[in-house]
Amino acid sequence: MIELTDIHKSFEGHHVLRGVNLAVEKGQSLVVIGGSGSGKSVLLKHIIGLLQPDKGTVAINGKDLSQLSQERLNELRKRFGMLFQSSALFDSMTVWENVGFGLKRHTSLSAEQIREIAVQKLRMVRLVGIEDEMPSELSGGMRKRVGLARAIAMEPEVLLYDEPTTGLDPITADTINDLIVKMREELDVTSVTITHNMKCAYKIADRIAMLYNGVIIDQGSPDEIKNTSNPYVRQFIEGHAVGPIAVEGIGI
Amino acid sequence: MERPAIGLGRIILLFWSVIKGLFQPPLDMRNTIRQMLEIGVNSIPVVLITALATGMVLALHMYTGFDRFGAEGLVGTVVALSMTREFGPVLTALVVSGRAGASMAAELGTMRVTEQIDALETLATDPVKYLIVPRFISGMIMLPALTVITDIVGILGGYFVAVSLLGTSSRTYMRATWDYLQMEDIYNGLIKACFFGIAFTLISCYKGFYTRGGAAGVGKATTGAVVYSFMTILISDYFLSAWLFK
Repeated sequence: MIELTDIHKSFEGHHVLRGVNLAVEKGQSLVVIGGSGSGKSVLLKHIIGLLQPDKGTVAINGKDLSQLSQERLNELRKRFGMLFQSSALFDSMTVWENVGFGLKRHTSLSAEQIREIAVQKLRMVRLVGIEDEMPSELSGGMRKRVGLARAIAMEPEVLLYDEPTTGLDPITADTINDLIVKMREELDVTSVTITHNMKCAYKIADRIAMLYNGVIIDQGSPDEIKNTSNPYVRQFIEGHAVGPIAVEGIGI
Repeated sequence: MERPAIGLGRIILLFWSVIKGLFQPPLDMRNTIRQMLEIGVNSIPVVLITALATGMVLALHMYTGFDRFGAEGLVGTVVALSMTREFGPVLTALVVSGRAGASMAAELGTMRVTEQIDALETLATDPVKYLIVPRFISGMIMLPALTVITDIVGILGGYFVAVSLLGTSSRTYMRATWDYLQMEDIYNGLIKACFFGIAFTLISCYKGFYTRGGAAGVGKATTGAVVYSFMTILISDYFLSAWLFK
């Protein structure tokens, strides 16, 4: 369904992605792990066309994104939902207006109907009675859940999660993990998640890929990743400072 | 630091996207009206004070100068021509770009660094059409509208000083104003205001839209928006004046 072939991307001479190859099947939950600054978010933004590769192709259902007109790309994006690391809620709108934004733009539903759907989506992410509040009045965990409600409002086929649990306490983070699993089970979506939280990865993935030095160095089921012999992956999943992966700014 | 050629290329492309967006229905009326209120209505107090002070001080200086060769009866003419041709459009543009342009750059810059602009794109919404086109229309319409207010209030400020404080007769001041003021003085001033409105909204939106680097980046974008808007208004003013009033 999603196929990335030989993706290269540089920013001001810094070669972030150096030939990423990755495929995600329909209904699959892929988790991409990797250190901070390894280019995971850059990779995710290529899937929805927010960034274009310098070289290589991103294909969705066989269609190369770079060949699509802006109108066709927007049509495709309506089938995607994305949860941002910072939640990226529109701070000039209430919670329900945020959740219903896509519906307001792309359907002929009345404001009452959109509000009703927004309340229903908020209930799915276990938020009740906050629809008239502003994003600035919410906690980090609540903002993430509103972001998730907005991502599922248009009933997408693909959900992209950018660091869904970063900055949250362990209990709230686990709640988000449960919601991601629930979304997959109830909505039957394909999902790609970017994280460096291994607990999150093991809980939500049916396949894990590790991005290091701009390429995918290993991938497999959660059990295969747990038992991998790749020293880079082992160091990362076990969280050791000492190993083949050099920690930036620390001379070990 | 961004190279000037890249910056110029980007602003031309942005301008082109805005022009395309203007002719692609539907226009987001709610957002456009909100921007008109923000750029136009909310700028009225500061525009009124600027216009009144400028008209008054112009009359004061002109009276002193003209009195030396017995031409104080022409104060009304000079105030009216200066306000409609020059001070009305330029001062309104500087005041509004300092106020609303900075606010635009800061708002769009914050939306950029908090990924709200990316979020708009993922929701299949063209951010140029949604965010910039309403601001562009508002700048283009509201700046000439505010300039009309500046012209009138400036002339009234000059009248107050010349007639009430310096003793010129009301009839002399009004005749000096109406006998020499021509319609083209007014509408050419409004054409300049329209150009300034387009220039400052485009520069401010560009600076905000392409912000990078967190809170510091937003600060830089806001400063850049005001500085480049001021420079563009002042430099283009000479060429527009030379062209429109030849």
